[in-house]
Amino acid sequence: MDGSIMAPDIMKSGAEAVLRALKAQGVDVIFGYPGGAVLPLYDALFQQNAIRHILVRHEQAAVHAAEGYARSTGKVGVVLVTSGPGATNAVTGLVDALMDSIPIVCLSGQVPTHLIGNDAFQEADTTGITRPATKHNYLVKKSSDLARVVHEAFQVARTGRPGPVLIDLPKDILINPAPYCDPSTEPHRSYRPRTEPDPARIDAAIALLKRSERPIVYAGGGIINAGPEASKLLLEFVRLTGFPCTTTLMGLGAYPASDPQFLGMLGMHGTFEANLAMHGADVMLNLGARFDDRVTGRLNAFSPGSKKIHADIDPSSINKSVVVDVAIIGDAAAILRALITAWRADEVRQNREPLAKWWQQIDFWRSKNSMRFTQPRDPGSIIKPQYAIERLYKATRGQAKETYITTEVGQHQMWAAQHFKFDKPNRWMTSGGLGTMGYGLPAAMGVQVAHPDALVIDIAGEASILMNIQEMGTLAQYRLPVKIFILNNRYMGMVRQWQELLHGSRYSESYSEALPDFVKLAESFHGVGLRAEKIEDLDRVIAEMIAVDRPVIADICVDQLENVFPMIPSGAAHNEMLLGPEHKNEEGGYTGKSVTDEGLVLV
Amino acid sequence: MPDTDPTQRSATISVLVENEAGVLARVIGLFSGRGYNIDSLTVAPVERDPDSTHSKSRITVVTSGTAMVIEQIKAQLDRLVPVYRVSDLSAEGPHLSRELALIKVIGTGTARQEALRLADAFRARVIDASTESFIFELTGATDKLDAFLDLMRPLGLAEVSRTGVAAIARGTRTI
Repeated sequence: MDGSIMAPDIMKSGAEAVLRALKAQGVDVIFGYPGGAVLPLYDALFQQNAIRHILVRHEQAAVHAAEGYARSTGKVGVVLVTSGPGATNAVTGLVDALMDSIPIVCLSGQVPTHLIGNDAFQEADTTGITRPATKHNYLVKKSSDLARVVHEAFQVARTGRPGPVLIDLPKDILINPAPYCDPSTEPHRSYRPRTEPDPARIDAAIALLKRSERPIVYAGGGIINAGPEASKLLLEFVRLTGFPCTTTLMGLGAYPASDPQFLGMLGMHGTFEANLAMHGADVMLNLGARFDDRVTGRLNAFSPGSKKIHADIDPSSINKSVVVDVAIIGDAAAILRALITAWRADEVRQNREPLAKWWQQIDFWRSKNSMRFTQPRDPGSIIKPQYAIERLYKATRGQAKETYITTEVGQHQMWAAQHFKFDKPNRWMTSGGLGTMGYGLPAAMGVQVAHPDALVIDIAGEASILMNIQEMGTLAQYRLPVKIFILNNRYMGMVRQWQELLHGSRYSESYSEALPDFVKLAESFHGVGLRAEKIEDLDRVIAEMIAVDRPVIADICVDQLENVFPMIPSGAAHNEMLLGPEHKNEEGGYTGKSVTDEGLVLV
Repeated sequence: MPDTDPTQRSATISVLVENEAGVLARVIGLFSGRGYNIDSLTVAPVERDPDSTHSKSRITVVTSGTAMVIEQIKAQLDRLVPVYRVSDLSAEGPHLSRELALIKVIGTGTARQEALRLADAFRARVIDASTESFIFELTGATDKLDAFLDLMRPLGLAEVSRTGVAAIARGTRTI
């Protein structure tokens, strides 16, 4: 309390108070784009060196870059945009961060307080527009609130279930002198997320898990958000119990893909073994995942025989779509620590016999090798997209550098999830919840800023990449050697796939007409352009791409009609999974069977 | 544990929130954005802190849904940053709900006399009168107000203003 009687420091402008608060929060980089309403902040930025500013080419990209930065470091990503169009352009990124629980603080300019509500130039009701796009937002109307609000925004963004927080800053608030205060040590008045699990729930979970015969661990992005320690604890818990483990798209890397107890990703394009194990399990332990519709398939047929334990930091995730038997609220690392302790302390001995039988069953499913594909090897053969990812993965394994992968959204994203293996958390950045095309390039930019010496690759499609292609300029300006690996099939592939399977192969508007020459496009943005058209080009292009210390676009021309398999069609259950044409003559093999009418209405 | 029982029930939910700009929009936006019903909504400041920089408002929402949906509504409300507490009064024991209505009835002759007689039976107060109209003030549970309005309709009911439901738990229990 000794500080309370001291008069606060009065900063000569609100902008300086904001920057001081950012520094106190450990911010070292901001992704942004200037404009009239935020000029005072840009002026203050100009006069200091502690915080670096990365000038993006579009505000949406600023948010995705901050997401990539946040997801790969575990820190809060910071965005700075101007009022009106600056803020509205950021909305897609904010919703993306909200859906994927990424901690972001977005500072937006606003017209001066006396003009708010007057339809002033570049005025938008930013807090109104972003209310459902953020975890929380603020409009600062008094200079005396400024520093406190910035500190609070960081606390809200990073704690509990992380998410984006926006602070709308009227220009007069940025110009007028403002008091500075350090972050409060008092807990927040109304916002107090629970992190420590209830021991009784842990015991109830252990009682179910110890007696399970066909258990499965289903881990999600919550493990990644809980920090690398949570991933270590997950591995320890899974090893301790001998259970099989699957992860969601957002959870890739939370459990080492090379571990034999890993079943791969589950869900719509997950592995046969992961989905059938979910379907047949008798006890399911969900750690930091949210029973997303892409994971569950048809809800009333989702894992019908299992007792479900759901551990999540967000109480509203519990019983949202799937009713569970035991709910544990808390931080994933704290929960795993408690589970490990309780498992060891529990005197009931685990019966390993049924578990061994369960593994036999899983190994049978696994032997289907549901992601297999055939790559013709004759010179001149067209490249299969899966093969391109596989070769890319092999090439990166030999690197001394850490490899980080981002993706855009579509078929290439699923092939990347299926064929690129992640052994560590925070190495995989993808737009899971919102499914934002155009995410990957700016996200890769943010990752490369955070990890200047790492190999950062955006696995892209030729359609998605064009949605934020302007960021090539940012790569050039900051010499960020991001590699863009385009699986170019000249289609919005996932749209085309659904049109083939659901709409009688009527490829309405899904052809990528009038594409640019990606090699020249890279060159015009001061990067390196490479192209692989035939199988014999692939390894050379990959090697060259990795070797070059500049931004690269590698245009990989792949089979135009390849589909992502396996696939759980919309409205189907896990055990109604379609395998690919490779499995044509096997039970469960691809029959070209169309989707039910009920499934047709689902996205 | 909630079940997947599809039967709908009505719920009266009290939410104690920080009295700050936009807090009502957050609550209402949550209901519209997630497709929940609002049958009635009441809000007013109820507490002022001694330091007088903060005050709290109480929002009472009457909503309906399956048990699973109502549990979701509570969890979603609780997750809003300026929310202190959420209480489903209709699930957590006996509670009282009251609403106030101002009711304008225009008419002459026997209809006017009948309106006044019924108002007396319902213990509605006459708070304004002219030769051709009355304004009644009536407080009570929602169904009592509804019943009174039904009776007034053929007697010249011209205009109604209702407050929406305010609710509180019986006995010593507090939010």
